[in-house]
Amino acid sequence: MADIKIGAYICKGCGLQDRLDISQLEMTATRDGKAVFAKTHDMLCSQEGVDMIKADLQGGDDAAANRVMIAACSRRAKVEAFAFGNTPTIRANLREGVIWVRPDEDEHKETTQEMADDYIRMGCAEAKAQEPAEASAEQQLDKHILVVGGGYTGLTAAIEAEAAGYPVTIVEKAAQLGGMTAQLYKKIPSCSPYADPQDTGIDAMIKSVEDNANITVHLNSTLTRTSGAPGRFAADISTESGSTTTENFGAIVQASGQKLYDPSGLSQYAYSGNADVITNLEMEALAKAADGGPIKRPSDGKEVKSVAFVQNVGQCSDEEDQLSYHSGWGDVVAIKQAMYFKDLNGSDCDTTIMFDNLRTPGAGGEDFYRSGQRKGITFTKADITEVIAGNELEVKFKDQILDNDTSMQCDLVVLDVGTLPNSGPDPYAPAAEEDEVVVNVDSILNLDYRQGTDLPHLKHGFTDSHFICFPYETRRTGIYAAGPVRRPMDLAQARDDAAGAAMKAIQEAENAGKGMAAHPRVGDLSFPSFRKEGCTQCKRCTVECPFGAINEDEEGYPVYNESRCRRCGTCMGACPVRVISFKNYSVETVGQQIKNVDVPDEFDEKPRILVLACENDAYPALDMAAMNGTEITPWARVIPVRCLGSISLSWVTDSMNNGYDGVVLMGCRRDDDYQCHFVKGSAMAAERMSKVGDTLSTLNLEPERVVIHEVAITDIQRAPQLINDMAETVDKIGMSPFKF
Amino acid sequence: MAKKEYSFYPGCSSQKGASSSNYLNSVNTMCEELDITLNHIPDWNCCSASIGYAGGGELPRLALSARNIALSEEHNPGQEIVATCAACWLATRESSERLNEDNSLMAEANEALAEAGLKLKNETPIKHMVEVLIEDLGYEEIGSKVKKPLEGIKIAGYVGCQTNRPFGIAGESFENPKYLDKLVETMGADPVENYDKKVQCCGGALAFSEPDKSQNMIKGIIEAAYDGGADMIVTPCPVCQMNVEVYQDQINATHGTKFKMPVVYYSTLMSVAYGRSAKDSALDGQVIPAKQLQEIADK
Amino acid sequence: MTELNAAMVERYRSNFLKEVEANVEEGEWVKMCMQCGVCAGSCPLGNAWEHTPQKIFMMVRAGEREAVLNSDAMWMCTSCYNCIARCPRGLPITHIMHGLAHYAKRMGLAPKEQPTAKFAQLFWDNLVKKGRVNELKLGISLYFMNGFSEGIKTSLKMKDIGLGMLKTKRMSPMEMLGGHGVKDSAGFQKMLKKAQELEDKRISGSTD
Repeated sequence: MADIKIGAYICKGCGLQDRLDISQLEMTATRDGKAVFAKTHDMLCSQEGVDMIKADLQGGDDAAANRVMIAACSRRAKVEAFAFGNTPTIRANLREGVIWVRPDEDEHKETTQEMADDYIRMGCAEAKAQEPAEASAEQQLDKHILVVGGGYTGLTAAIEAEAAGYPVTIVEKAAQLGGMTAQLYKKIPSCSPYADPQDTGIDAMIKSVEDNANITVHLNSTLTRTSGAPGRFAADISTESGSTTTENFGAIVQASGQKLYDPSGLSQYAYSGNADVITNLEMEALAKAADGGPIKRPSDGKEVKSVAFVQNVGQCSDEEDQLSYHSGWGDVVAIKQAMYFKDLNGSDCDTTIMFDNLRTPGAGGEDFYRSGQRKGITFTKADITEVIAGNELEVKFKDQILDNDTSMQCDLVVLDVGTLPNSGPDPYAPAAEEDEVVVNVDSILNLDYRQGTDLPHLKHGFTDSHFICFPYETRRTGIYAAGPVRRPMDLAQARDDAAGAAMKAIQEAENAGKGMAAHPRVGDLSFPSFRKEGCTQCKRCTVECPFGAINEDEEGYPVYNESRCRRCGTCMGACPVRVISFKNYSVETVGQQIKNVDVPDEFDEKPRILVLACENDAYPALDMAAMNGTEITPWARVIPVRCLGSISLSWVTDSMNNGYDGVVLMGCRRDDDYQCHFVKGSAMAAERMSKVGDTLSTLNLEPERVVIHEVAITDIQRAPQLINDMAETVDKIGMSPFKF
Repeated sequence: MAKKEYSFYPGCSSQKGASSSNYLNSVNTMCEELDITLNHIPDWNCCSASIGYAGGGELPRLALSARNIALSEEHNPGQEIVATCAACWLATRESSERLNEDNSLMAEANEALAEAGLKLKNETPIKHMVEVLIEDLGYEEIGSKVKKPLEGIKIAGYVGCQTNRPFGIAGESFENPKYLDKLVETMGADPVENYDKKVQCCGGALAFSEPDKSQNMIKGIIEAAYDGGADMIVTPCPVCQMNVEVYQDQINATHGTKFKMPVVYYSTLMSVAYGRSAKDSALDGQVIPAKQLQEIADK
Repeated sequence: MTELNAAMVERYRSNFLKEVEANVEEGEWVKMCMQCGVCAGSCPLGNAWEHTPQKIFMMVRAGEREAVLNSDAMWMCTSCYNCIARCPRGLPITHIMHGLAHYAKRMGLAPKEQPTAKFAQLFWDNLVKKGRVNELKLGISLYFMNGFSEGIKTSLKMKDIGLGMLKTKRMSPMEMLGGHGVKDSAGFQKMLKKAQELEDKRISGSTD
């Protein structure tokens, strides 16, 4: 390997020249940073500036430089201009990081220049510690997409992926395609004028899938084992009869659908033992059975003259064994089904929808509600007391508007029950209490992963995804959940969801083929590796990886599956012996930055505060604060990290030992409504840091010198304030005694 | 500006010896200054306002307005109908729209009209006088005639209900219409900013049948004007004008207040600002005299 | 119970909503109410309503015919149109209230001593007589609508207002003698009579 040759490039534009001593910076780069040269330019991001850098990189081993250290604006600005292939390119942030956060006054000139000099030293140190990132040899392109589940969502995903040119295999547990949608008489309208129920179109979808040579369908089949990683998944597809075939796939869409809540346990609705009290799904079968004639009630075949739709059964409830959430579509479905009666049994058929909160989401839902009103469906805001069985059923309720206890007689009662996801078991489910009844759930994917067989759950059994930023991503790279297994949704939403998941699957199959990361570090070629001789087989990395990317070999050493990896570095932060690293991100790349900050001695009264800021939210928030001209203490030195989860405890202890006066860690929100881009990284970091206070105490340091904060990208005022708060803390408790 | 002509529907309360005869007097003066000719609809009848519904069913009430529109179409063809009374405007315009959207009602209305030898085409726009001022003429035009700006007078623009809802003046909101404030400014006076009770109901016809409830609302309207530092209230509606002006003594007696707040029509304001006499401006019609206007008119 | 009322009860049985849709001004809108209650919160006399419009719509749907038509609620409407301006569903609430009030009156079910019901009737009678409202006669009949002695009391209370109006020529004793009216009185009366007939037929004539 060629010697490391750092080319330092210092921009004079955007006011940098007016605020900073540029020749001093050049000297810092070459003298302290050991850059082979330092060049300046009036506007480095211009074509001329960029060409100057590119010229220096020409010539292979003889090139003038093989590391680029750009001292200009934030790494988040001019990304396209400053892209030089896989040449390690470091950005010293002099604009957003220095001149925009410091006042332009003579008295501050010295400390401002010191900040800039430090960022140059840090940049050069990082450049020295980085290696060019290259894809591992593991990558593999496989365009074949596996769709698990042959219902509406799965069929849509298959059709969409195939239409984009990717062959698809559908694995369906049942004997036929169509899932729950095939049981529907009609669907909620999905296009204007949103006035009448529409045909589901499922038969045509099934036919188009069956007729498509690029879509293979396995009925009566399940996955008995899924191993590998994006680009090289291997799935054992087993039929009921026991035969198994193994096929390879690039990516997977899990569209395992939903099941509906069973109201048998809710005695007030008299569901058990009464044929004329039915669920909303059973209502569909009844309408189908009518075959275009009037709908007849199940008990005696009498034509239905009046029907009560009892809404919100066993959902949106605080009661035990009921669903705490709502299906979202239950009320629109009731309107649709009431229309069945208006259409099939005549407009005189009395249809009453008894609701507490009527939810008709979207403009289409609102129009459909109006249409229902126009058709003469009665809407009654009611608290249901009970359903009394009999030849004529009686629904007792309290009318919430009229404020009276009343009842209605009817031939049929339809219960609006909610939805449960068809998920596999949660890999992270807390261990059952001793006397707890454990309901065994069949695995859907049977993943051969260190961290469990199926997609991790978020809440209520729905699959985990980053709801704000990457809704389609799950915590298993290359496997995309779609449809009501992800969250309650209706057909129109499931259609969009399926198309989205198909796109994600295609994207990941392609990325995996190039050895590139998926969201959020899309395109990143680096991957973690470990120094085997130092590894203690402690298994922290294999357990703590939020994405289950790391398996273990027989001896308990980690086995990385690069294309499952999201490159967050949570494994790196987990490793107590610091043997895990990426080529371009390691304990060293950050540790060297920390070491190369000039820490003045105690009597200079210039504290140093290390800020480790998550590159996803905290760092952009600081950039935006800088755009607003919000001041930040001149003592701060900010280093972006991939995720708080990647933070090595050694960075904190080393900085303390080196005489830093405070450390501020800024990561994403980490609770149930997390915003961590790597789901668990921020939470892991918080847990690891919880004991740092003890470490500080043993060093005779005040625990308040190290703080960890949740910072959102919108915390534009707060983020700089948190740093300035630390400056105040240091002011109060005094400088660190560990200065040289 | 060319001379403008309208087919005018004055309404019952504007007649000689009726409660808003002063309104008509000042409107006539204002129109003279603005070169507007008002051609009265011959033999017009009552519109039944919004209170005729006990005795009058929908069709008889529609027939009343239909007759006025038909008379206008026959005698003042091609002229837009203008009303000064909020209730007249509203009832006529609503009837016209209702008849336009319901063919069977339209047929029945014409069947009834035929009894009086009339036929309704129902093609005539129906405007309030304020629409004429603001939409047809514009603030600039009505401001250009000001000879005596009403300097130093603070005026609460009380829009009320029926010139505001459900139709209102183009571009104005129901909750905070600004046109009266702009008009006050155009006349050189100071509007009360953020007049709290600008669109509060005064009780309308219920001032007669539910005096206590109505006077409670009226009290709030006047109080808010005082709170805003108003010297007087201006309104575009005869019911508002009357209700807010004439019950002040009774409210004072009931609530121990000391209200003496003049309530004038915009047309009175404008006539004074246009330099006309107190009599022409119908200031003699004030039960509570508007002294500041009087002084300017007498100058 | 009036004959018409009995006929209506018979015809619509328990379906008051249908009755309202067929016979009440803008009644076909009642089913479109989504029970948000914005009308109730927007009514300047909201507190005075026995049942708010929102509730009345629900009562109509629930078939509470007597309770709706006997109620004095609709008679509290000041015609301020706030409910119309704000109804997210665009219901012409003011008109429906007027329509229900009128229908109650027509069925003989409107509360007998309701002051607005009385005044509204006086207003109509007054305007129908000559085609234009005679404010003086309307005022006097209003004061005396609750009997002679009440009338004297009210008149005394209103004396000062009357004097103010007289002084400013906004009231004229001459109105007592004849007063304003339409010239084509015969045509006017024939027109109203016809309209009345057509409407009566629409309501009672739709019997079977």
